[in-house]
Amino acid sequence: MRNPRNRELTLLIAAGAITIGAYALATLGRTATMPADLVPFLGVVLGLLGGAHLVVRRFAPAADPTILPLVALLNGIGYVFIARLAGDISNAGSLPGQQSTWTAVGVVAFTATLVFVRRATMLDTYRWLAAVGGLVLLVMPLLPMIGREVNGARIWVRFGPINFQPGEFAKIALAVFIASYLAEKRDLLAASRSSSRLPEPRHLAPVAAAWGISLVVMVAEKDLGSSLLFFLLVIIMLWVATDRIAYLVGGLGVFALGGWVAAGTFGHVNDRITIWIDPWSDPKGDGFQPVEATFALANGGITGTGPGRGQPYRIPEIETDFIFAAIGEELGLVGSAGVLIAFVAIAASGLRIAIGARDDFGTLLATALSTLLAVQAFVIIGGVIRVVPLTGITLPFVSYGGSSLVANWVLVALLLRISHEGATAPNLPVERERSLPVGATVVDSGDAS
Amino acid sequence: MTRQIGRLGVGILVAFVVLFVQLNRIHVFDAAAHAEHPANGRPLVDDFGAPRGEIRTADGTVIARSVELDDGAVDRRREYPLGPLFAHVTGYVSFQAGNEGLERHYDDELRGEANSLGDGLRELLGSDVGTADLQTTLRVDLQTAARDALGDRQGSVVALDPRTGAVQAMWSWPTFDPNTLADIDAAAATSARLTLLGDPDQPLLPRTVREVYFPGSTFKMVTAAAAIETRTADLDTPIFPDATGYTPPLTDRAFGNYGGSTCGGPLRELVRRSCNSGFAQLAVELLGPNPLIEMAEAFGFNEPLPLDYPVVVESAMPTDFGQPLGRDVDVDPRLLDQLGADRIEPVELTDNIPVLAQSSSGQFEVKATPMQMALVAAAIANDGDLPRPHLVDTVVGANGEVIDEADPSPWRTVMSDSTARTLREAMVGVVESGTATRTAVDGYVVGAKTGTAQLGEGIDTTHAWIIAFAGPTVDEAEIAVAVIVEASEVAGEQTGGRVAAPVAQQVLQAWADAQR
Repeated sequence: MRNPRNRELTLLIAAGAITIGAYALATLGRTATMPADLVPFLGVVLGLLGGAHLVVRRFAPAADPTILPLVALLNGIGYVFIARLAGDISNAGSLPGQQSTWTAVGVVAFTATLVFVRRATMLDTYRWLAAVGGLVLLVMPLLPMIGREVNGARIWVRFGPINFQPGEFAKIALAVFIASYLAEKRDLLAASRSSSRLPEPRHLAPVAAAWGISLVVMVAEKDLGSSLLFFLLVIIMLWVATDRIAYLVGGLGVFALGGWVAAGTFGHVNDRITIWIDPWSDPKGDGFQPVEATFALANGGITGTGPGRGQPYRIPEIETDFIFAAIGEELGLVGSAGVLIAFVAIAASGLRIAIGARDDFGTLLATALSTLLAVQAFVIIGGVIRVVPLTGITLPFVSYGGSSLVANWVLVALLLRISHEGATAPNLPVERERSLPVGATVVDSGDAS
Repeated sequence: MTRQIGRLGVGILVAFVVLFVQLNRIHVFDAAAHAEHPANGRPLVDDFGAPRGEIRTADGTVIARSVELDDGAVDRRREYPLGPLFAHVTGYVSFQAGNEGLERHYDDELRGEANSLGDGLRELLGSDVGTADLQTTLRVDLQTAARDALGDRQGSVVALDPRTGAVQAMWSWPTFDPNTLADIDAAAATSARLTLLGDPDQPLLPRTVREVYFPGSTFKMVTAAAAIETRTADLDTPIFPDATGYTPPLTDRAFGNYGGSTCGGPLRELVRRSCNSGFAQLAVELLGPNPLIEMAEAFGFNEPLPLDYPVVVESAMPTDFGQPLGRDVDVDPRLLDQLGADRIEPVELTDNIPVLAQSSSGQFEVKATPMQMALVAAAIANDGDLPRPHLVDTVVGANGEVIDEADPSPWRTVMSDSTARTLREAMVGVVESGTATRTAVDGYVVGAKTGTAQLGEGIDTTHAWIIAFAGPTVDEAEIAVAVIVEASEVAGEQTGGRVAAPVAQQVLQAWADAQR
């Protein structure tokens, strides 16, 4: 059987080559010269990818071989675009350096996670710590002194010189809590599948709490994206754990109701929906970002203008929320669809890891983490191309931003940890057998073993 | 849970397929519509940096070119190597304000036909496919002479070849440096543009074709042409009585001669001395409005000139001289005696006929661009045929092939050969011993007519005008010019003969020097 690590290495080399090639092309496109720092850049890329690979080889040798290369590709392309945009937008000179530093920190956090979280069940033990920690992280930006409001959203915290978005880390803590809670309570919550009886209210308390939290986030922090992300995570996890579709339908209904009330009550929610429905009525004002993003993608066509050859700098927040528009303009449909495929592939690998996990907690945690990545990518890409209302949220691994990068590297490390455990499990755990519906196929996790 | 996770995976896939469908709509299916959306600034930036042909003078000097840039968002910048000298000819390529001048009129040619194939294909085919160069008719020596002669006085100079209509100098002061407006630094270009727009002297205005002035006595050549063409008068008959002014019918206010002088005599004398009273009497009593309107319109008044330049302002000749009053204008008995009643076509009296007295000398509501007045001189110089004025001789393709060239045939015939010859004779007299002696050029025959246009009753400042032609003989004129030095507080009362004639002389001298 082939060693998954060798496959990973091959894919990583491809991801690194694409990143370095794109970097050279973007510099050529903008200045008609080769980048002066190509050799150091090569060294950094190879060092980071090689380091991450060696860590996985040492601490999770049986883990899925596709996720790390895909993440490396997204992170690399994101860096190339941030470096390319920094030359064309004002006061952006320090962005590439910060992004590469945060990428390094992300790889270190990835390493630390794999080293210290030797077994996923360790996290199960800290369920309530995760819950409390996640809540604290979520409400931190609301605290006086340390909380900060940027561009209308109060999602930042400042400790001395370091600014970060605790919400990015909160989502992992909440995923751990939900997975742990549901692994234990899912039978109670599922109740009797044949009856329409509701589960006992106290078992639903965490669900109600999640709904409340997402409302708080939406109203107090004006962070629609995270609000949507948390709530979707909770209801999707409830449905996965219990197979009761009512959680999904009812949850979406409750969220829609909340959104409708919020739109009528809070100006910023209403504005987003109005702009989403018709950005063209005010293309130079409120609709500027989505309209310019549309023009950017249209300008890119199928093959794009070429890296460094488009005009993505016209769009405000291009390096964070709108970086997908820059990729779409300069790499065209080929590039933007490539990003979609990368996220679908990561989510697919993540869900496959979930199915092959050693225990229910692993299954639910891998599902939650995969869902977080997929939903977050969907929400921001859908916002940029007007499939859903725009909510300010980062595109994982691609957007500029240290908190997002580091948190997502940790997230991926947890996925690889669960993957490794599933692949090295001696046999199918008893608990999992019980949850399989009659007639369902037991999916073999042989791909990664 | 495996089943739910599988369904979740399908759900995520479906959600991303929705994104993919929307991406296809934006990237591909609606791309053309988005590219043309008025709010979309991207095509402007692409166009701004797109390949663009050169503009050259008649002697091959490059006056506009595109320079490739290594750095920044724009691929090329437009450069005007001679700076302000041809600013009003080339115009400029401006990101904020759009193009102006030849850059605007010949935009399609300069950009090249390949643009219609779309950006992608153009890039595939190579960057400068299809762009064409403009070979203009302008001459650096004459343009420089015009600039130096006019100096820092507001006004303009037009010089053209009367045989072909090739414009050789088109100078307007004040002017500007087109390089500042074509700056790729949008903020710098905007700031330069705002400064120029805020300047009360209007440096962005090409006065040669977009400003109209009272032509003053230069318009007397139009009146004289009408009189000779209709055989109402010739250079020697009739002899108009000496007077200090002419009082038209229905009024008791005289239209006076310049400076209150007394003048009269035959048409030759009226032209030589620029005698208002004689022309007024000729126009009102012998000619009437219609021949004058017809002649002015034959020269190009009241319609756009066919010049290859954007927004050429029409020159104006009034066409409404009021309601008929049921009787004819009384003719001065002294003219009646000379001509005899049967030789005189009676002029119908209308209630506005008095203004015809002023119109005949280019006052009241007569307005003309300097380009129009240069064409008056050119038609007289060119045996009565009005040439088609043009700035671009040939449009040259990337491989040196001529894509388009100026039509050398006359625009129209204004008057007969003999009328034109008669007028030239009168204008030569003006240079030999009249108001335009300062226009003479050694070794060449020069004819001219000066003008001193009053801006209104009680205003002392005047526009100083001259129109002129020159050639080896009186019947072989090779250059025609028009000069206006605008009225200004500093200059006060300035006459065409004293102020404008030396400017024309310097331009004609530069032309003569180049002939040797």
